[in-house]
Amino acid sequence: MKINVPTPLRSYTGKQRVIEAGGATLAEMLADIDRRYPGFRFRIIDEQDGIRPHIKIFVNEQLVRDLSVVTQPADQIDIICALSGG
Amino acid sequence: MKTTSTRIPKPATGPVAVLIGTRKGAFILRGDNTRRTWKLSPPIFLGHIAHHMVLDPRDRRTLLLAARTGHLGPTVFRSTDFGKTWKEAEQPPSFPKAPEGQQGLVLDHVFWLTPGHVSQPGLWYAGSSPQGLFRSEDDGRTWESVSGFNDHPMRNEWTGGAGDGTPDGPKMHSINIDPRDPNHLYIGMSSGGVFESIDGGKDWKPLNKGCEANFIPTPDPEFGHDPHCVLLHPLMPDRLYQQNHCGIYRMERADGRWIRIGRTMPKQVGDIGFPVVLHPRDPDTVWVFPMDGGDVWPRTSPDGKPACYVTRNAGKTWQRLDTGLPKLAWFTVKRQAMANDAHDSVGLYFGTTSGELWASRNGGAKWTCLASHLPEIYSVEASELGK
Repeated sequence: MKINVPTPLRSYTGKQRVIEAGGATLAEMLADIDRRYPGFRFRIIDEQDGIRPHIKIFVNEQLVRDLSVVTQPADQIDIICALSGG
Repeated sequence: MKTTSTRIPKPATGPVAVLIGTRKGAFILRGDNTRRTWKLSPPIFLGHIAHHMVLDPRDRRTLLLAARTGHLGPTVFRSTDFGKTWKEAEQPPSFPKAPEGQQGLVLDHVFWLTPGHVSQPGLWYAGSSPQGLFRSEDDGRTWESVSGFNDHPMRNEWTGGAGDGTPDGPKMHSINIDPRDPNHLYIGMSSGGVFESIDGGKDWKPLNKGCEANFIPTPDPEFGHDPHCVLLHPLMPDRLYQQNHCGIYRMERADGRWIRIGRTMPKQVGDIGFPVVLHPRDPDTVWVFPMDGGDVWPRTSPDGKPACYVTRNAGKTWQRLDTGLPKLAWFTVKRQAMANDAHDSVGLYFGTTSGELWASRNGGAKWTCLASHLPEIYSVEASELGK
């Protein structure tokens, strides 16, 4: 599936705006991303598997709040950095 | 003083680097041998919240930087060439994953970094918000939770709830290592108090007797205090100083009781503040930077008149040092934002919330502004560079 990467995370992806990753759930997809781009996951997912406060993840434009969400190869994933102050 | 002349190190003579952590990145201010000429680096990790940047005194090349951003979680960056290049820790500090159905701790930010004992190259400690202790044995590449504290059955009681801390989160700070014994550690927590371990962090005991905690209804509580900055003197490791929420204190460890040495400060100034700085060769000489802790705690200098104060007799008397400082200003000097070098005479450095870096080449007798218009300064470290 294709993942749109926000600018704060592109230092991990070699400046790529869009990356590819696989997995049957959001958790598996994030693990795959972290294998390809080490360090990526912990910046947006905490040690208790919670999505960090100012990070939003959308699957096919639907906001998700849980890493157990099922994903399909054709899904589009958007990782968004929400407003977080000045 | 219990020190002898043979134990007192010679004053440093080489160049000094002032490592500055700010709300929008880090900076390095490099001085020459005379400490008269300074050059400010471009911002390092611009836009990142740089809580603490520390040089490893064991190799004088390795820098660790505790950082996060408004969006992204906490991490530690490492440089082995004094800031030319950086790499992120492969395994940054994090709390253990809680068992299914239980709520685990989430690291908000790494607040404090301390290089390990001189006999343990590569070892570092980190303190976090919320209060947690972490350890790296490989120069900061990978970090492990110090279970002896983070999983201690009393940890939650010692630290209180998430609201029992500073406005931007409760913190562990002031990680001190006894130079005679790498297993003898002290930590400070806001809130929580001062704690001691004599077994390398496997177990901890509160060390707060004699210290006030006037924001708790319990008289003389065992823990729950608010030390702002705690330091042991490297030449007299059984002497501790702390700038606390409730005053300036000294402890002779054998006595096991904090003595409020800030009572001898001028009444109109008081003895509330964030940082405390020790003379590297004289355990009786201590600098503080008082702030207004009245009413709603402005945390600016009392009456808007910034001044450093020094005692040269372990707290019996204090002297005001404000020559060169603004006559009226409303900044705050945070707990990590004041430091010293090891020259003769000792150089002092402090950073302000208004983004100014002030320095004195003569122990505070005269102050000069070395940099201004920086972002809000969180931390300042003064490090001796190799010649």
